[in-house]
Amino acid sequence: MNKIIKYVLHDIFRNRILLAYVILLLLSSLGLFMMNEDVTKGLSSLLTVLLIVIPLVSILFTTIYFFNSYEFIELLVAQPLKRSTILLGVYTGVGISLLTAFLLGIGLPVVIFDGTVTGWYFILSGSLLTLIFVSLAFLASVITRDKTRGIGISMMLWFYFTLVYDGILLMVMFAFSDYPLEKVTIFLSCLNPVDLARILVLLKMDISALMGYTGAVFNQFFGSLFGISLAVSVMLLWIAIPILIALRIFKTKNL
Amino acid sequence: MLRSKVIFRFTYITTSIILNTCFLLFFLIVLSTKSTAREIVVKPGTQYSTIKKALEEAENGDIIRVLKSTYIVEDLTIDKSISLIGVDFPVLDGRHKSNILIVNAPKVTISGFIIRNSGFSNIKDKAGIRVEKADTIQILNNRLENTCFGIYLAKTSTGTIKGNTIIGTSTAIQSGNGIHLWYSHHINIINNKVSGQRDGIYFEFATYCEVSHNLCENNYRYGLHFMFSNNDNYTANIFRNNGSGVAVMYTKHIRMTGNTFDQNWGSSSYGLLLKDISKSHISNSTFSKNTSGIYMEGSNELMIINNNFFNNGLAVRMLANCEKDTFMLNNFRGNTFDFTTNGSENNNFLKGNYWDKYTGYDLNRDKIGDVPFRPVSLYSQIIERLPSAVFLLRSFMSELLDRAERALPSMSYVNLYDSEPSMQIIRP
Amino acid sequence: MIQISKLQKHYGRIHALRGIDLNFSPDQVTALVGPNASGKTTLIKCLLGMVIPDGGTILFDGKTIAGDVGYKNRIGYMPQIGRYPDNMNMGYLFGMMKDLGKGRVNGQFDEDLIEAFSLNAMFGKSMRSLSGGTRQKVSAALAFLFKPEVVILDEPTAGLDPMASEILKQKIQKEKEAGKLILITSHIMSEVEEIADSIAYIVEGEAKFYKKITEIKSETGEERLGKALFHLLR
Repeated sequence: MNKIIKYVLHDIFRNRILLAYVILLLLSSLGLFMMNEDVTKGLSSLLTVLLIVIPLVSILFTTIYFFNSYEFIELLVAQPLKRSTILLGVYTGVGISLLTAFLLGIGLPVVIFDGTVTGWYFILSGSLLTLIFVSLAFLASVITRDKTRGIGISMMLWFYFTLVYDGILLMVMFAFSDYPLEKVTIFLSCLNPVDLARILVLLKMDISALMGYTGAVFNQFFGSLFGISLAVSVMLLWIAIPILIALRIFKTKNL
Repeated sequence: MLRSKVIFRFTYITTSIILNTCFLLFFLIVLSTKSTAREIVVKPGTQYSTIKKALEEAENGDIIRVLKSTYIVEDLTIDKSISLIGVDFPVLDGRHKSNILIVNAPKVTISGFIIRNSGFSNIKDKAGIRVEKADTIQILNNRLENTCFGIYLAKTSTGTIKGNTIIGTSTAIQSGNGIHLWYSHHINIINNKVSGQRDGIYFEFATYCEVSHNLCENNYRYGLHFMFSNNDNYTANIFRNNGSGVAVMYTKHIRMTGNTFDQNWGSSSYGLLLKDISKSHISNSTFSKNTSGIYMEGSNELMIINNNFFNNGLAVRMLANCEKDTFMLNNFRGNTFDFTTNGSENNNFLKGNYWDKYTGYDLNRDKIGDVPFRPVSLYSQIIERLPSAVFLLRSFMSELLDRAERALPSMSYVNLYDSEPSMQIIRP
Repeated sequence: MIQISKLQKHYGRIHALRGIDLNFSPDQVTALVGPNASGKTTLIKCLLGMVIPDGGTILFDGKTIAGDVGYKNRIGYMPQIGRYPDNMNMGYLFGMMKDLGKGRVNGQFDEDLIEAFSLNAMFGKSMRSLSGGTRQKVSAALAFLFKPEVVILDEPTAGLDPMASEILKQKIQKEKEAGKLILITSHIMSEVEEIADSIAYIVEGEAKFYKKITEIKSETGEERLGKALFHLLR
C-alpha cells in the first residue's frame, strides 16, 4: 500500500490544480486575516471558506482525480494487489495531498495569526471535513462508471450537506417549534458532518451567544469533553463509513 | 500721589493684622485638638489587652492603635467618635459567631485590620463591619475574609470606603454582599476589591454615591447590583466574570463611565442588565466577552456613547419596551450578534456607530457609510421566534438569509437602523 | 493449470458468459476465437479478477481464484487497449511497475521486449503523447516483464507495425518453448494459425469447442484455418 500511496502522491504533487488550491486557500486566509483588524473576525470569515470551499474542492478534486486515474487503477487491479489495498492506497494518497493543501493554505495562517484554542478547533474541523469529503467522493466515484455522473453525484452530495440539509432542518424546526428541540437538533446535527464541523468551531467562537439562546443544554452537551469527543468520533465515522461502503462496492466492481 | 501712598500703607497693615490673627487662631485650634486627643495602644499583656477595654476608656476624638496580634471579637460596638487604627494588620477574628464590628457613632475611622470569620445566618445579616445610623465614617485599607456581609451600611451618610479587600470563601447559598448600602447617601466607594461574595457591591436606596476604581470579580451573583438608587456615579470600575454580571434596576439619573464589563457569561448572564432605568448615561465603557453586553428592559432616555462592544454573544439586547434611547459613536466588533430585539416597532436612535459587520460603501469619502446599517439581522429575527435555530449559526443557510436581507431590506421587519454608520473604528 | 467451469457473468440484462467450461494447460498457446462481443475479453478479465463472475469457478493450479490475488504473481497481461496514467512518462511507468512487482522475480526482469522495441529511447515521453502502437508495445513489454508462467494477450498484434508484430510473435514462440501457458485472442486467422496450438471457440458466452488446430484441419480436410473454421461452424 505504501508504494501506491507514494505513486499517488507523486502524481498529485505534480498536478498544478493542487498548487492552485493551496494558493487560493492561502490568498483567502491571508487576505481575510490582513484585511480585518480583529483576528476573530478574520477567523469567522474564514469559517465560510472552511464550511463551503473545503468540502467542495475536496469532493470535486477527488472525484475528478479518481476518474482520471481509472487507467492507473485498472493497471493496478491486474497486478497481484488486493482491491482494498489499491482503493485505500489511493484514498490515503488523495487524503494526504488535500490535507497537506489545507494545512498549508489555512492551517498555517491560522496558527500564525490566531494561535488560540479556537484556531486549533478550526484546524481540526477542517482536517476532518477534508477527509470526510474525500471519503464521500470515493463513494460517489465507485457507484458509477461515468465521470460526468460521478461529478454530478459529488456536487449533489456537497449541495445537500452544505445547504439543503440545513434548510430542511430549519423547516423541521419551524414545524415543531412548540416542542423543545435542543436534544433533537443535537442528534440531527450528527447526521451532517458540515454541521458537526461548524458546531466544533462555534463552541469556541460563539459560545456566549449559544449560551444566551439555548441555555445550558447545548454547552453541557457539546462543551463537555464527552460531547467534543463524541462529535469528533461521529466525524471519524463519517470518514470511515463512506469509504468502507465504497470499498465493498469496489471489491465486486467490474473494471 | 502722597494720598495714594498712605492708603496703600493702611491697607497693607490691616491685611497683615487679619492674616496674623487667622494664623494664630488656626494654630490654637490645631493645638487644642491635639492636646485633648489621646492615643490608646492596645496590645496583649498590657493594661489595654482588648479593644473593648480601650473603647471603654476612650473619649470622642481619641485614637486607638491596635498592635499586631489576633483578637477575638464579637459584636464589638463602637459608640464613640474614635479612630480605630490597626498597626501591621492585626486580626479581628469573629469565630463564626455574629457581627465583628458594629459602628453606631458618627466620625468613626476603621483602618488597617484583617477582619475574618463573621457569623452566617439566614435570618439576620451578619457583617464584618456593620455601620448603622452613623455619618462621616471612614473604612480604609482593611482586609475582610470569610465574612457573610463584608461592609454593611444602613441609614448612613457621608463616608468613604476605600482600599478594602473583601474575599468571600463560603458557598453561594450562605454568602452575603461585599459592600452593602441600604438607605444611605453621599458615600464614596473607591479602590476596593471584592470577590467570592454574593453581590460585589449592593445598593438599595443609596443615593449620591461615587463608586470608582473598584474591582468586582468572581462573585456568585452580580458584580454590582443596585435598585432605587438614584444620582450615583460609577467610574472606572471593573466587573469581571461574575455569575450574572451587573444588574441595575428601578433607578434614574445614573452616570456610568469608563467601566469594564468583562467575561460575564452563562445562560442568564449580562455584562450590564438595565431594568427600568431612565435618564442615565453610559459612556467610555468596554463590554467584552459577555453573553449579553447590555440587556435592556423598560429602559428609557438613555445616552449610550463611546462604548466598545467586543466579542460578546449579543452586544446589545433591547426589548421592545425600551424607548428614546440613543446609541452613538460606539464600536461593535467581533460580536456574534450586534443587536437583537423582540419587537418590530422601535423608537430608539442609532447614529455614527462603527459596525464591523457593515458591508456598505462610502463613495463620497466622508468616512460615513452611504447606506444605513441594520444591526438586527434577519437570521437573529428568526432565532427570536425559534431559539433552537441558533444551531445553524454561521451556516451557509444563515449566511444566505443575511445576504438576502442586505439585498432586500424589506425582508426585515425590525425598523431599527444606523443612518450614518462610521466606516472606521471610533477612537476616543 | 487453469480450470474454468460453468462460468457465468451478467452485465445488467446482458448475459455475457453462459456457463463456460475450459481447461488450459502449460506448454502451449491457446487462441480464444469468436465473433465480436462473444465474451472473450470478459473471460480474460474474469481470469485476471478484474471482473467478478456471478457463477461458476476458476481454479488456478487447483485453487479457486475467488478472493485471492497471489496467483496474479504468475500471470502477465496485455490488455486490448493499454491505458496508462496520462501524466506519467514511460520510464517512470516501467520504474513504478518494477517497484510494485519487485518481489515477483527477485529483480531479474525480462526486458527482452523493451530492448527489441527500443522503448528505452522513449522513456522520457509522457504516456499521453504516445501513439496507439507504441502503447501496445509498452503493454506487451509489461506483460512479459515479470517472467510469468501464464501470459494473457488480448488482441496482441492489433495496431502493431509488421516489424513489432514479428518481434512479438517470436517472443511468444520463445516463451511457449520455455513451457509457458499462453492465451491470446485474435481475429486474424493467419496469425492464430502461426502462433497457436489450439483454439477455443466462443460464441454468445459459450465455448463451442476447444481443439488443436491440427485436429480441426484434419477433421475438415481444409489446409487453411479460416476455411476449416468456416466449415466447422456452418
